[in-house]
Amino acid sequence: MCLAIPGKIVEISSDNQDSALVDVVGVRRKIDLGLLQDDKPVPGDWVLIHVGFAMSKISEQDAADQMSTLRMLGEIDGAMQEIQGYGLEDVN
Amino acid sequence: MRFVDEFREPELISKTAEEIRRLAGTDRHYRTMEVCGGHTHAIYRFGLKDILPENIELIHGPGCPVCVLPMGRIDDGLAIAHEPDVIFAAFGDMMRVPGTQGSPLEHKARGMDVRIVYSPSDALKLARLNPDKHVMFFAIGFETTAPSTALTMMRAKVEGIRNFSVFCNHVTIIPAIRAILDSPDMRLDAFIGPGHVSTVIGCRPYEWIARNERKPIVVSGFEPLDMLQSIVMLLRQLKAGEAKVENQYKRVVPWEGNRAALRAMAEVFELRPYFEWRGLGFISQSALRVNDKYAEWDAEQRFEVPGIRVTDPKAAQCGEVLKGVLKPHQCKLFGRECTPEHPIGALMVSSEGSCAAYHNYEHRKAAMVSLSSIA
Repeated sequence: MCLAIPGKIVEISSDNQDSALVDVVGVRRKIDLGLLQDDKPVPGDWVLIHVGFAMSKISEQDAADQMSTLRMLGEIDGAMQEIQGYGLEDVN
Repeated sequence: MRFVDEFREPELISKTAEEIRRLAGTDRHYRTMEVCGGHTHAIYRFGLKDILPENIELIHGPGCPVCVLPMGRIDDGLAIAHEPDVIFAAFGDMMRVPGTQGSPLEHKARGMDVRIVYSPSDALKLARLNPDKHVMFFAIGFETTAPSTALTMMRAKVEGIRNFSVFCNHVTIIPAIRAILDSPDMRLDAFIGPGHVSTVIGCRPYEWIARNERKPIVVSGFEPLDMLQSIVMLLRQLKAGEAKVENQYKRVVPWEGNRAALRAMAEVFELRPYFEWRGLGFISQSALRVNDKYAEWDAEQRFEVPGIRVTDPKAAQCGEVLKGVLKPHQCKLFGRECTPEHPIGALMVSSEGSCAAYHNYEHRKAAMVSLSSIA
């Protein structure tokens, strides 16, 4: 339920400052930056993503650690399914 | 210690486990509750109980939002979705959770328009894509998830999307901790504080636990080393007779939390006077509802909600397990009538519930160990 997925900001949308493209181990999806408006990330920053929203900025090392935690917890498939589902890609 | 080698930094883990043994000694029993279901899941997954000395007992708390949701709320949400042209949208976690007439997935099989979304903003997108339908998002979760629902509703209002509403089941963690501390049969020494909830609320809301209840609480990360370090921090406090809020998960959790997220919640939600928690009963001011400014996007104000109440079978002892009075396997229904495939009680419903976690890991492991080696 409370998956926190690390992703790297690739680009901020030019027409919507609250929308960013992130990369999560090669999968790219749009996420919402609206909950980080006090401390806006820029391309190259790492964030923890929960239900399509960036929740906090983290370091690259913490992002790698968080990925390995998800792997150890057996939650990596669920996390990737969640990321791939953003934008209704997998919704029928 | 058979799992340790699989972890990162196994030497540090062994050293930390050694420190826990030294601090714990043998003259006293320690009862620690991890509030968050993610921690419960991690404890079983990593086999942390095998690493800890026997006099440290881990009690699994109420922090699994799917588990604590009363069945009547699922029935209510599904009743709304029975209205014509309503799409029921929810996270995947909700899809197999049973209502009295079956789960959302079973309702889908019977013809209800049920969609899995991975983000509340995708439920809003569904509304944009289906202007002739009404999309009701079945919202669940603690403070980790509630800000995302709030921000989505703010966007719906700004964009004037009126075929979208939220059936709000968001709950707040602090009143649940208070309810557990107030129960007469409670015997807890310390808390492992939730990780991701605290990214939003920060560490201050826990201060009363230390100050008034004299219980240490350490906000913790989810890796084995995080949790072991948190237990060291708790034991040090307990040994020194201290009770403080400490933050082991500083790399993710700021002491003050996420103010933008808190602002979004304050904009859209208000506290309910009371809300029912499965296994714990009614707890005052423990859940969020949509405020009048957003009434148009509140499914409870837009639709007729039957207000169904379903009591769990008396034989299910979820409350006792939640308070740490009973271990999951000591419940009369555990592993017999109540299993992860056919959950009867709240804690068997999701893999983050303590009974399901116990069933998935411990129970299976125990089944392979002969009775003689247990004794």
